[in-house]
Amino acid sequence: MPALLDKRLVFVTGKGGVGKSTVAIALGLLAARRGLRTIVAELASQERVQGLFSETAEREQFREMELEQGLFTISIDPQQAMEEYLKVKAGTLGQALGSSRLFQAFAMATPGMRELLSIGKVWELAQLDRRTRGAAPYDLVIVDAPATGHGVGLLRTPKTFADIARVGPIAHQGRTIADTIADSEFTGVIAVATPEEMPVNETLTLADELARDELTLDLVIVNALYPARFESSEIDELIGALERTRSPLARSALRAALSEHARAATQRAQRDRLREHVDGRLVELPYVFAEHVGVAELEVLAGALEGSLP
Amino acid sequence: MNVAEMLEGKRVCVCCGSGGVGKTTTSAAVALGMAARGAKVAVVTIDPAKRLANALGLEQLENEPRRVSPDRLAAGPLEVDGELWAMMLDPKRTFDELIDRIAPDPGRAQEIKANRVYRELSTAVSGSQELTAIAKLYELDQEHEFDLLVLDTPPSRNALEFLDAPNRINSFLEGRALKAFMKPTGFGFRTLGRGALPLLGGLRRITGIDLITDLTVFFGLLGDMTNDFSQRAAQVEQLLRADTTAFVLVSSAAREAVDEAIWFGERLANDGLPFAGVIVNRVHHDLLGDREPREVRRSLAKTLPGPLAARVAENFRDYHVLATRDAYNLSRLEAQLDSRRLLLVPQLDDDVHDVDGLARVHRYLFASAAERERLIEDLVA
Repeated sequence: MPALLDKRLVFVTGKGGVGKSTVAIALGLLAARRGLRTIVAELASQERVQGLFSETAEREQFREMELEQGLFTISIDPQQAMEEYLKVKAGTLGQALGSSRLFQAFAMATPGMRELLSIGKVWELAQLDRRTRGAAPYDLVIVDAPATGHGVGLLRTPKTFADIARVGPIAHQGRTIADTIADSEFTGVIAVATPEEMPVNETLTLADELARDELTLDLVIVNALYPARFESSEIDELIGALERTRSPLARSALRAALSEHARAATQRAQRDRLREHVDGRLVELPYVFAEHVGVAELEVLAGALEGSLP
Repeated sequence: MNVAEMLEGKRVCVCCGSGGVGKTTTSAAVALGMAARGAKVAVVTIDPAKRLANALGLEQLENEPRRVSPDRLAAGPLEVDGELWAMMLDPKRTFDELIDRIAPDPGRAQEIKANRVYRELSTAVSGSQELTAIAKLYELDQEHEFDLLVLDTPPSRNALEFLDAPNRINSFLEGRALKAFMKPTGFGFRTLGRGALPLLGGLRRITGIDLITDLTVFFGLLGDMTNDFSQRAAQVEQLLRADTTAFVLVSSAAREAVDEAIWFGERLANDGLPFAGVIVNRVHHDLLGDREPREVRRSLAKTLPGPLAARVAENFRDYHVLATRDAYNLSRLEAQLDSRRLLLVPQLDDDVHDVDGLARVHRYLFASAAERERLIEDLVA
């Protein structure tokens, strides 16, 4: 199997709140620095990536925007994906359909259609021969995918549609995309988890579900790991100091230290639980102590990934 | 204000929030606290952490509330005068039961449940959890004698999903779009009307005809049931808008979570939904006050060896960065919301996974203003 950044399409998923967008963009930054023309695609109109890069960036949907040399982002809206698809696939008829409100309402209300259209656009971005007129190909497409449960649903959607529609263009398109996703030379899946009980559980479930669909989980990224600042042998010393000292500031600092040590220990137990199941595919990212995650912090994370990606 | 005051006179408490902010734990702590104050409370949750589920006696999916044994609660630090009930929602089963309930006969219900479009709809599609959660809430409200129902909404990327997703499925089920180009024929079944043919020609070309056939069969099976879906949706909407309902947003003090809390508050106001307040978890309170960071190391000099003191000071510096971040974000939140509607819970040392842990969270949620100040002072000094 090729190294992760040698693939062309990488999905980043994980439970809500674990820092998927941050990891996706840090990975994109790393890929761009290696000279890959990279795009980070956000689904479900989150528009977080641009916000991470610049507070003031004008947020625009469905346009491929260059954040810096070789690094692009796009926020994929299913409705716009449909209009584009119809225009390319069915010419004037498609255009007429795309602008029919009745048809739009019907298509958008069809279960799973939004997901299919979004993943269809992702697939298009990853093609060397882009159907979007005049668009240059990307070396790597990173998808900031929805939260774990829906993330698997997203990966499964093309196959589901192919099965439901059986024949016809949707079935054909669905099958093509499903084959692309199943091709581990082409497509990779990364799960991001914070080292806490629920995110770890979800990641383990994800690994099982992917295996059931015969998809590979390439990498698990443990995000926001506290530093191990204190040895267990030092804890008694800290507790003793807390009992002796009267200074309110010293007491606060000691409490903060004990509290972080407890959390760090819990985190490590959860990380180990994860490691037991996905041995060899685990990468750690440090907790970023910053008031705001911006380019400087993303650089730190990209650097950490650089050293540890398999 | 505390949670007891927020929920005064309320019968339904909907806890919304994006993933990873401690929504399930907060919902359980709210329910426990209200039960402690004498109410008969049910908490409906979707996917609790295993240990928390065990702590509440939720070993399996049952889809009906079950009383948390008083013995379990008595072992905790809180005296519970009322009753705490809990249930873990099974979205698929709830959807099936909904069909059973409104289908004209069991045969039709069976056919619908076996239909390919329905199977897809009731499991894989985003929104089905949200829809079934609300359906269950409505059912519990109608059929049980609880003083308060606490709903822990399904995990999603953002809190607004809970408000939007059910509408997407509902409008599909009601067949609003499809009705426009279907016409009724005999036997209550519907076939595609002539006027829709050009449109369908295009649809067929793009989608493949069998999808249309499946959908037609599906809506044929639903028949007049689509009206029931509309009616139910309207009733549920009424429940959510009632002044005995309270929407509580669970959040953290991180930037995205606060942005979302602000949007959510605006959205509830625009939609005329009853907003009760925001519970902010994992807050890093400012422990430094008006002192200088470099004083920390000096203050430790007498009690700890130099290198260890340096690491404690470094840890404190990092903690303070987060406290500064949280204070800034909370000030943004306060500028948008009535600050009395804001309840802060500090970052705790461990995940909450038992009744003791819930009681710990509960202290912050139900404390009076004076008690809360004392709790924070305890943290600081």
